[in-house]
Amino acid sequence: MNKPTVLIIDDEPQIRKLLEINLSSKGYAVRHAESGKEGLLLASSHFPDAILLDLGLPDMSGHEVLRQLREWYSRAIVILSVQNGEADIVNALENGANDYLTKPFRVGELLARLRSAIRHSDASTVVQTVETGQLEIDLMARVVRRAGEIQKLTSTEYNLLALLARNEGRVLTHQFLLKEVWGISFQSETQYLRVFIAQIRKKIEDDPNRPVHIITESGVGYRFQ
Amino acid sequence: MAAVKLHPFWQFLIGTASIALLAMVCYALGDSMDQWAVALILLAAVSVLAVLFDIIPVLAAALLSALLLNIFFIDPIPDYKIRDTESALLFFIYLFIALVNAVLTNRLRKQEKKIRDREEKEKTIKLYNTLLNSLSHELKTPIATIIGSIDTLKEIDPEIGSQQRMELLAEMEIAGNRLNKQVENLMNMSRLETGTLKLKRDWCDVNELIFLVIQKLPATDTIRIRFEPDESLPLVKLDGGLIETAVYALVHNATRYTPKQTPIEIVTTYNKENNLLIDVLDSGLGIPETEISHVFEKFYRLPNSGTGGSGLGLSIAKGFVEAHGGTVCVANQAQGGALFRIVLPVEISRLHV
Repeated sequence: MNKPTVLIIDDEPQIRKLLEINLSSKGYAVRHAESGKEGLLLASSHFPDAILLDLGLPDMSGHEVLRQLREWYSRAIVILSVQNGEADIVNALENGANDYLTKPFRVGELLARLRSAIRHSDASTVVQTVETGQLEIDLMARVVRRAGEIQKLTSTEYNLLALLARNEGRVLTHQFLLKEVWGISFQSETQYLRVFIAQIRKKIEDDPNRPVHIITESGVGYRFQ
Repeated sequence: MAAVKLHPFWQFLIGTASIALLAMVCYALGDSMDQWAVALILLAAVSVLAVLFDIIPVLAAALLSALLLNIFFIDPIPDYKIRDTESALLFFIYLFIALVNAVLTNRLRKQEKKIRDREEKEKTIKLYNTLLNSLSHELKTPIATIIGSIDTLKEIDPEIGSQQRMELLAEMEIAGNRLNKQVENLMNMSRLETGTLKLKRDWCDVNELIFLVIQKLPATDTIRIRFEPDESLPLVKLDGGLIETAVYALVHNATRYTPKQTPIEIVTTYNKENNLLIDVLDSGLGIPETEISHVFEKFYRLPNSGTGGSGLGLSIAKGFVEAHGGTVCVANQAQGGALFRIVLPVEISRLHV
C-alpha cells in the first residue's frame, strides 16, 4: 500500500516544518501549501488522503478554502485554529471539517486526530464493534458491556452512545448530536444532551466525574475514545 | 459634584421649567412673599442648576428668572417697567449675581474635570508601566529558559547525560506552557478591556465544569482538591468556557499561595435567590485585611508573594463573572484560610442530570 498523503495548508513555515518532520517520520507523504489558493490547487492535483488546514491564511479565509474543498473533496480535513476560537471551530465542523486542533497542539494529539479522521472518511469501513478499555459496544446487536457486564441503556442513550462510538476519536458538535439523535427541531436543546451524556457516563465510565470515554470539548461538543 | 449628563435640550427644558414653576408657586403665595425673598429663592434655584447643568442652559434659566422677577414680583406687578431705585437695584444685583454664579460654578466644574482627567491619565500610565514590567518579566523568563535550553542541547550535547537532557526538555515544556497561559491571560484581558467579550450562554452541568477545572491542574495540585459533587444541582445557563476560566483562576491562585499539601475545597450551591454559588476555600494564611480590597485589581500581587504570576488571573475572573451579572469576593475564614466566592444569577433547567 502506498504512503498516505497529507497536504498541509498553513502560512507559518515553522508550523509546516514541525508538521512535516512528524508526519514523515510516521510514514506519511507530505505536501505543503503557503496560501489558500496554492492549497486548493495542490489538493486538486494530488488528491491527498487528508488535509491539515489552518483557518488563518493570508490570502483567503480558511472557511472559504474549506467551503471550496468540500464542493468536490470528500476525504479527511482537519482544521488548525487558535485558542478561544470555539465559534470558528464549530462553524468549520458544521461546514464539513472532520476534526480540529487548537494551536498550540501536542504532537501525539495531532497524529491521533489525523489517523481517526482518515479512517472515518473512508466510507468502506463498517464498524461492527467498538472496544476501548473495559468498554465494548456491539453496534450490530445493540449491546453495551462494561467489564463484560451488560449495561442497560434506554434507546435514546444507546443511540447517542452508538453515534459517538461509530465516530470514535472524532469530535461531534452539540448541534450535530442533537439533530441526529433527537431531530432537527431539537438542535439548540443542549440541556437534553447534558442530561443524557451524564446518564450514559454513569453507566459506562468507571468514574463518571473523570470520564475517559466520552470527553467534553468545551464549547464545541463531545469526543468518544 | 459630577455633572448630570442630559442632552442640552432637556437641560434647557428642565432648567426653564423649574424656574417658571418656582416663580408660579411664589406668585401664588401672593403677598406673603416679599420681592427680596423671591429673589433669594430664585437665586438658590439657579445655583442648583449651575451645579448640575452646562453653562448655556444655566444662563438661559438665570435670564428667565431675572425676567420673571421683574415682571411678577418687582413693584408694581405685573409690569416689566421698574419705577423706584430700590427695585432697579434689586433687579440689576439679582441679574449680576445669577450670571456670575452660573459662570463661576461652571468654571469650577471644568477645573475639577481637568484634575480628574489628569489623575485618570496618571493612573493609566502607572498601569501601563506595571503592565510592561510584569509582561517583560513574565514572558521573558520562559523565553530565556527555552532559548537557553536549546543552546545547551545544541552546543554541549555530548557532554551532558540523557538524564539532564530530559530535564532540559521538561523545563522547556513547562516554559512553553507558561508562555501559552500568559498569552491566554493577555488575550482574555484585552477581550474584557476592549469590550469585545460576547457571552455564549448555554446549558451547563456545574459538577462537570468543576471537574474539568480540576483536570486542568497539574497532578501535584489535583490531589489537594476536595470536591463533593452536588447531584441535586440543576443545569444552569452560563458561558461555560468563561466560568471555567474564572473558577480555574481562583483554584490556581489558591494552589499557588497556600502551603503545598494543604487541602483546597470547592463547594457549589444553588440558593433561594436563584444564584449559583461557587466557593473556593483554602487553608493557607488568609489575606492581610489591608490588602483584601486590592486582590482583584489588575496586576495586583500580594507583597512578598514570590516569583511568577502576572496578577491577571483574579482580575480576569472578576471580569468574566461580572459579565454574567455576577460578583466575586474574598474573605478570611474564622478558622483560617481564605474564601473566594463567585455568585452568579442563573436561569435553571427543569431537566435533571
